[in-house]
Amino acid sequence: MIDKTMTSMTEALADVRDGDTVMIGGFGSSGIPLHLVEALRLHGARDLVIISNNAGVAEDGIASLLKDRLVRKIVCSFPRSAGSIWFERLFEEGAIELDLVPQGTLSERIRAAGAGLGGFFTPTAYGTRLAEGKETRVIDGRGYVLEKPLHADFALIKGDRGDAWGNLTYNTAGRNFNPIMAMAGKITVAQVNTIVPVGTLDPEAVATPGIFVNRLIAVEGEDHAAA
Amino acid sequence: MQRLEPEQIAQRVARDIPDGAYVNLGIGLPTMVANYVPDDRQVIYHSENGILGVGPAPAPGEENPELINAGKQHVTLLPGGCYFDNAESFAMMRGGHLDIAVLGAFQAAANGDLANWATDNDRYPPAVGGAMDLAVGAKQVFVMMRHTTRDNAPKILEKCSFPLTGAGAVRRIYTDLAVIDVTDAGLRVRELYSGNSLEEVQALTGAPLLPPE
Repeated sequence: MIDKTMTSMTEALADVRDGDTVMIGGFGSSGIPLHLVEALRLHGARDLVIISNNAGVAEDGIASLLKDRLVRKIVCSFPRSAGSIWFERLFEEGAIELDLVPQGTLSERIRAAGAGLGGFFTPTAYGTRLAEGKETRVIDGRGYVLEKPLHADFALIKGDRGDAWGNLTYNTAGRNFNPIMAMAGKITVAQVNTIVPVGTLDPEAVATPGIFVNRLIAVEGEDHAAA
Repeated sequence: MQRLEPEQIAQRVARDIPDGAYVNLGIGLPTMVANYVPDDRQVIYHSENGILGVGPAPAPGEENPELINAGKQHVTLLPGGCYFDNAESFAMMRGGHLDIAVLGAFQAAANGDLANWATDNDRYPPAVGGAMDLAVGAKQVFVMMRHTTRDNAPKILEKCSFPLTGAGAVRRIYTDLAVIDVTDAGLRVRELYSGNSLEEVQALTGAPLLPPE
């Protein structure tokens, strides 16, 4: 019988190791698995490579990992938001490596990893500083940049409802990076608001098929970052 | 010389958004354009995080914390709107499905080059977000910005000095002084706001301006 449900956040992340690459879903304050991020912080693994669209604000979410200096490198598209004080502080100190990736290239690289592709040619960033050192090709008269897949040891994602098989739905724009990160993690851990019996989710509404999810855990009540 | 307020520039951009357009508004100033599109036009707004059919801000107390736009502000979904993941969202942007993107800029050049993600200050962390994808993918890119820096230095130049977001991306520039088209012949003034002369605007522009046709 398939049951991917975990009993605790600690159990769900017990095998994260120093130096691991961890994807964290979310965009701004939306769709971030904050309980899992807090469990990762308490776990204490160091030298992490974090892949996420943003670098956290105030002391919430990813910013809490930065504050505890658990992150060696961050791969993201928009690290500098109002209130991203910990990222800015570490960046100024030279205490964190930034790999800045255009957002559509970030999401497609994540998707490519999950889809088993070796990469893709994108017109985005062609002729700009973010394409320096990368292989380029002109296809039918247009310039493209070769981008490679982004894999992760763990993907931490947030769903709305889930079942024991790992099928997930999302709350509105909380979907963002979560479905593609679910595909790209060697181990994908989903935090959900509610676990429902297998067979009760509307199959048409499932946005992440359970095959992409390894572990599932429900939180008490809603989980939202401070605005 | 007359300088428009940001709200007035937004009104001017809004006049050029046609009925039925799929539009992405960049964060900051461009977001205001949605407030001024006439009610008799149906415009579908795209938000890069994964929304088509973005509606106005919710009433206080009605916010859904997950439902935000690219600027991280609470929004609503209009009837007919929908959600999708980020890779699908950027397929819309990169794949030529959006009619218009309105972007802010640090600099724009006579050849349509756009610079809006990094400055020449290495201590200030850069942030690119979805700007490069819109620059290559939207059918038309409009820039909305102040004509000059706070020190009155031109932001419209022969060549951008800041790192490029995209080469030859910009179709039209809306500033607080004028509306300028990027054409094969160069920058052509499309409209001078009343009270502004071509000579005055030219003096604050770092590339030659052709007179309105």
